[in-house]
Amino acid sequence: MKKEFIARLVIILFLGIAILIPVAGRQFFPIFSKDKLVEIHARMPENGGWSPAIIKAAVGQPIHLRLISDDVLHSFAISQSDQPPLDLPPGEVVDTTLIFNQPGRYTFYCTRWCGVNHWRMRGIIEVSGPGQTTDKQPEPLYLRLNLDLDAPHLASVIPEKQPSAERGAQFANLLPVYATDPYTYQTNSPTQLWQQLRTEANLRELSDADLWDVVAYIWQNHTTPQKVAQGANLFSTNCAACHGETGRGDGVMFANLPAMNPQDKKHGLTRPPDFTNQQVLLGASPAILEGKIIRGGMGTGMPYWGPIFRDDQIDDLVSYIYTFVLQPPD
Amino acid sequence: MTRLNLARYPWIKSLLLSRWPQFLTHAVLLAGFIFTILVGLLGPVVGSHNFAVIFVWIAWWSALKLFFIPLGGRSWCSICPIPVPGEWLQRGGILKSTGQGWGLGKRWPKFLRGNWIQSGVFLLIGLFSAVILTSARITALVLLGVILLSLVLSLFYERRAFCRYICPIGGFTGLYALAAPLEVRSKYPSVCAGEAGKIHYAACPWGINPLALKANTNCGLCMECLRVCPNDNFAVNLRPFGSDLGPQTKLHLDETFLGLVMLSSVLVDAAIFLGPWGALKSAAYTIGSIPWLVFTTVFLGISLTVIPGLYALAIWTGQQLSKSQIPFRKALAQQGQVLIPLGLMAWIAFTISFAFTKFSYVLPVLSDPVGLGWNLLALGKPAWTVDTNLIYLILKAAALVGGLLWSSRVALRLADGTNPHKQSLPTIGFCMLFTLVMLWLLIG
Repeated sequence: MKKEFIARLVIILFLGIAILIPVAGRQFFPIFSKDKLVEIHARMPENGGWSPAIIKAAVGQPIHLRLISDDVLHSFAISQSDQPPLDLPPGEVVDTTLIFNQPGRYTFYCTRWCGVNHWRMRGIIEVSGPGQTTDKQPEPLYLRLNLDLDAPHLASVIPEKQPSAERGAQFANLLPVYATDPYTYQTNSPTQLWQQLRTEANLRELSDADLWDVVAYIWQNHTTPQKVAQGANLFSTNCAACHGETGRGDGVMFANLPAMNPQDKKHGLTRPPDFTNQQVLLGASPAILEGKIIRGGMGTGMPYWGPIFRDDQIDDLVSYIYTFVLQPPD
Repeated sequence: MTRLNLARYPWIKSLLLSRWPQFLTHAVLLAGFIFTILVGLLGPVVGSHNFAVIFVWIAWWSALKLFFIPLGGRSWCSICPIPVPGEWLQRGGILKSTGQGWGLGKRWPKFLRGNWIQSGVFLLIGLFSAVILTSARITALVLLGVILLSLVLSLFYERRAFCRYICPIGGFTGLYALAAPLEVRSKYPSVCAGEAGKIHYAACPWGINPLALKANTNCGLCMECLRVCPNDNFAVNLRPFGSDLGPQTKLHLDETFLGLVMLSSVLVDAAIFLGPWGALKSAAYTIGSIPWLVFTTVFLGISLTVIPGLYALAIWTGQQLSKSQIPFRKALAQQGQVLIPLGLMAWIAFTISFAFTKFSYVLPVLSDPVGLGWNLLALGKPAWTVDTNLIYLILKAAALVGGLLWSSRVALRLADGTNPHKQSLPTIGFCMLFTLVMLWLLIG
């Protein structure tokens, strides 16, 4: 009987351990750390996206995130930050600790093209506490100018050959003061500025092609190779899934849809616009492109990026987008 | 034939006679089984990082086919934790019977005996294999269902009814155990004959008479006959591979059918899991969909008509060519022995195809068994990958060709007609056709 008793005790002990580890193991981590622990599961948006999608944190208090992808490769990025995204391979546990210095609503989002609804994969970290909130952003230029982002913005005039900023630089001393003003650059499309310069008396001697070179020079003057490179990086990570690496609107997500008719105001289910089409891009001002990025495309499937990108990042993106039709700076 | 009785070595004998080593193994495996179910239900959703999927379908399933069955026959059955809770209840004690057991102790219905149910369960698993083998939750539910069913059956029926008549792994291992190089046999059947011999039958959880044991099929290697025998009349023999295969062993139609089901299962599993056909994989995965119904029809068609039909045609042709006097039905059953080495080696080749490459999943799940980001084994990023090319190609081809040669030899040994070569030729042709299809699926 003694042996039988020992055997039963062994069984109870072993089964107890077998049950305790998976059931209670989840609770071990907080015992060893005073940080707030949040387990976030990532799934394709059609299967639930981020879970939980809203997290609360406090200024200056570390928050430990345990990130687990339950299906495909996702990544975790925080809006308005330069921190590289964390890849979340399926099934692996990825730990990260965040400390927020300012209160506000921070968007976290996926930067891996995880599915057709990839861009919907967003969540919010609500950070409370003392300090100036990050939520109060200045009103974007497109709202101050009351621009209609959804109206077609096709260029009525386009160059016959690729404009050259180097050649345009030769005529820099002829330019009126307003032409190089940042506000002019922000609020005019290349075509609008070309048309305006065409009316200038001291530029009357220049051919149409020379004048396009001047416009290219002006556009190049408002950016730098670093900004273009950063914009290219952002574009590749966040935009190319739909717009395509080449900007032709042939990204993997929409490659099978019909091409967009730029004249059509009701875009519907079409590919994004072809940025290599001069009519499309030379008709859009930086303010319009910035507005599209911040607000998204109404009814087109283009997501809003306002809460995610900083102003300088949007500026970088705009600089890069123009390089599809205008020569980038060296 | 030469036999080496392992029980002649005192330390092995003492290990076999003591109930503690087996009990402790059962205790560890039962705890592991419960742990696996819980982790399957609570752990990572992603199969490749879930202990349940990796341990059941990579580690255990591979070990069963590469180690336990080929070398030990039903050796897994001797340590399998699934029937032990029911058996402990039946006995009223863990180490031995207390005479206060639970259960009705009914005999298993005659019409349900044999391997028919096991074949059906194996086909059922094949139909759902794409989901069962990849989903941790489903794996856990299957394991839970299996242990509960085993427990419930042991309360109604005597001994290991679940293992003998329901468990598909039991059927599979029992059949292929005929080829294994390990057996338990009485040394001198006459020594324990008579009233004294009943003690062995009474002690056998498998409900067989160990004194009359001629083939491995239903012996679970539990060693109870060794422990209770008053005359030290049992041996645990190492023997040549395939010793049970030949005219001396009588196979039944249900066993042959199970052998055929095992052939079709390995073919279909190889096509689903190793083949390049994405549409087949998704059809097998999307249970209830139209493509899955098509897959089901094809799978059942192959398993129930094409392969049994080809086999029956081969046997019938052999009978005609050799003018054998054995009734066709009996020949169908008896010649089924050729399916044993053929199927066993095909399963080994199939396992080689995926097991070694997938073994790299085992350490990470051991290091983080619950999927909480632990690193108990302090693993870094994998510094190595398994090169699956040449050596595994050779091993797979060798296993398949070896299976063909072995089954051909068995076919020749079984031939009874006036011209054994003519009789076995169609059967060998059937084996060759199967081997060629497997070579195509596994090697391309």
